[in-house]
Amino acid sequence: MVVAGTSQLRRRLGLCGHWLALALYILAALFPLFWLVKIAVTPTDLLFGEGIRLWPSSTTLSNFTTVLGATDFPWYFLNSVVVSLGTAAAVTVVASLSGYALSRFAFRWKNAVAFFLLLTQIFPLVMLIAPIYRLMTPLGLVDSLMGLILVYTAYNAPFATFLMQSFFEGIPKDLEEAAMIDGCTRFQALCRVILPLTLPGMGATLGFVFTAAWSELLFALMLISTETRMTFPVGLLTFVSKFSVDWGQMTAAAVLALIPACAFFAVIQRYLVQGLTAGAVKG
Amino acid sequence: MAGRALRLAGEAPAGRRSFRSIAEPWTYLSPTLVLIALLMLVPLIVGIGFAFQNVQILNPFKRGFVGLAHFQAIANDPIFWKALVNTLWWTFASLILQFVLGLGLALLLWREFKGKRLVQAIVFLPWAVPSFLSGLTFAWLFNPVVGPFPHWLHALGLLASPDNILADPALAMWGPITANVWWGIPFFAITILAALQSIPNEMYEAAAIDGAGMLARFRHVTLAYLVPTIAITLLLRTIWIANFGDLVVVMTGGGPANQTQILPSYIFTVAFRKLDFGYASALSMVLLALLFLYAILILEMRRRLRSAF
Repeated sequence: MVVAGTSQLRRRLGLCGHWLALALYILAALFPLFWLVKIAVTPTDLLFGEGIRLWPSSTTLSNFTTVLGATDFPWYFLNSVVVSLGTAAAVTVVASLSGYALSRFAFRWKNAVAFFLLLTQIFPLVMLIAPIYRLMTPLGLVDSLMGLILVYTAYNAPFATFLMQSFFEGIPKDLEEAAMIDGCTRFQALCRVILPLTLPGMGATLGFVFTAAWSELLFALMLISTETRMTFPVGLLTFVSKFSVDWGQMTAAAVLALIPACAFFAVIQRYLVQGLTAGAVKG
Repeated sequence: MAGRALRLAGEAPAGRRSFRSIAEPWTYLSPTLVLIALLMLVPLIVGIGFAFQNVQILNPFKRGFVGLAHFQAIANDPIFWKALVNTLWWTFASLILQFVLGLGLALLLWREFKGKRLVQAIVFLPWAVPSFLSGLTFAWLFNPVVGPFPHWLHALGLLASPDNILADPALAMWGPITANVWWGIPFFAITILAALQSIPNEMYEAAAIDGAGMLARFRHVTLAYLVPTIAITLLLRTIWIANFGDLVVVMTGGGPANQTQILPSYIFTVAFRKLDFGYASALSMVLLALLFLYAILILEMRRRLRSAF
């Protein structure tokens, strides 16, 4: 009786410890984002007096309306949406094809191709910034959203290839073989039979690449100079270096930039494990 | 003669068919490979060329081949050496903290409990935050005007006065490291959790039947399964973090007095602010060579460890 009691007590204590530790992680994950929102809704005149209070004595949405109505942020937002969606769509197409090739064909150099794609993932991309700028200038791709989409598509394609490959592996080969016996070419079988089955996988790839393109900063800083062509990271950083005391507007803009990223996170959350293990090195 | 012609005629269709079957996978791969060739390999080669030339966008007349002059300049560049030491510090401090905290989180999530899906979504959320935003957010949290961190650190007695650690040469590096750890914990947690979940249950049952206690089961089953995944993840992640300059660029720009300058942020600064593409490319070659050396060293260590056991 006593033994049973202590073991139950011990289990209860273990459960408490488990939840306590989880609570610490939850707190650490949410606190920075909470603070961002808190500064954004604090009226400017209260900011300095109540700078480090957990919640201001009154709140306002005026920072958001100013950012949306009186700054260039709607432009940045639009540009980022165009670049991220364009990149995500382009990558999903090319990665579906290459992922299919790695999943369905046995061919010479296959391992070499896979190794090469993995190698590109640990390659220091920062070293390509100067040559890319130089090569793209005569082509008219500097200071253009098209140029950014091209660069991002190339740099996200390898990781997305591994991701799509892992989704194709989950679909039986008999399906397209049956379609090919019925007279389809392999490409027709891929488009009509296999791709509809990989739609969730393509959605996940779209989400991963969108998030990556939405976050990219250094290439965008180097390649874009016109205010109305800036993506969100560049626009926000320019804003921060110009008006570094306008806390309310900076944080309101930052909160707005978080929204699409979080929305796509909700979409891809289920595939995180598959995605990160496929990419292995993708941040 | 006739026999040869016959053989050729007989072989031709087979040859064509095998050419088509050889070409087919490459057709599917070609868009990806062409993109990578044009946007990674070509710039890489151009960059290697830049490393031996004067390429200054602001100074178009100072051009031409300079041989190893850039590399000599690097050897005598105090900022380079500072950035090299900082890169090591930044990489290993971030890596160890991310790994330990990520492992802890993975072990906490490695059992069923009520509300697990929601908890998982919340603790993985930092990964979804764009890295530049995570940098800006922590820069604001460390700012004594709007952020609580300096006041908390002061209250705990860790700071003599509630100042911004990003402006303090001795402490500034902890700013980007903190942001990097917060942002990177989910990556390790997810990778390790995936490895933990792939351990077959029978392994634990077999170990229990053989009379293994909890500690022995952890040591001989869990660890044995985790170590290969962890080793490769750590290796790749080290290189990834060493290349990751965004947070430093966003939070400190390498300052104060280059105290937080790491190699990728230094390369970016030279290319972006000074538009000195030649010197930036030479620095890039050094970074690439160092990463290459590191990879060889690790692979060699792995080989020796394997033959030792």
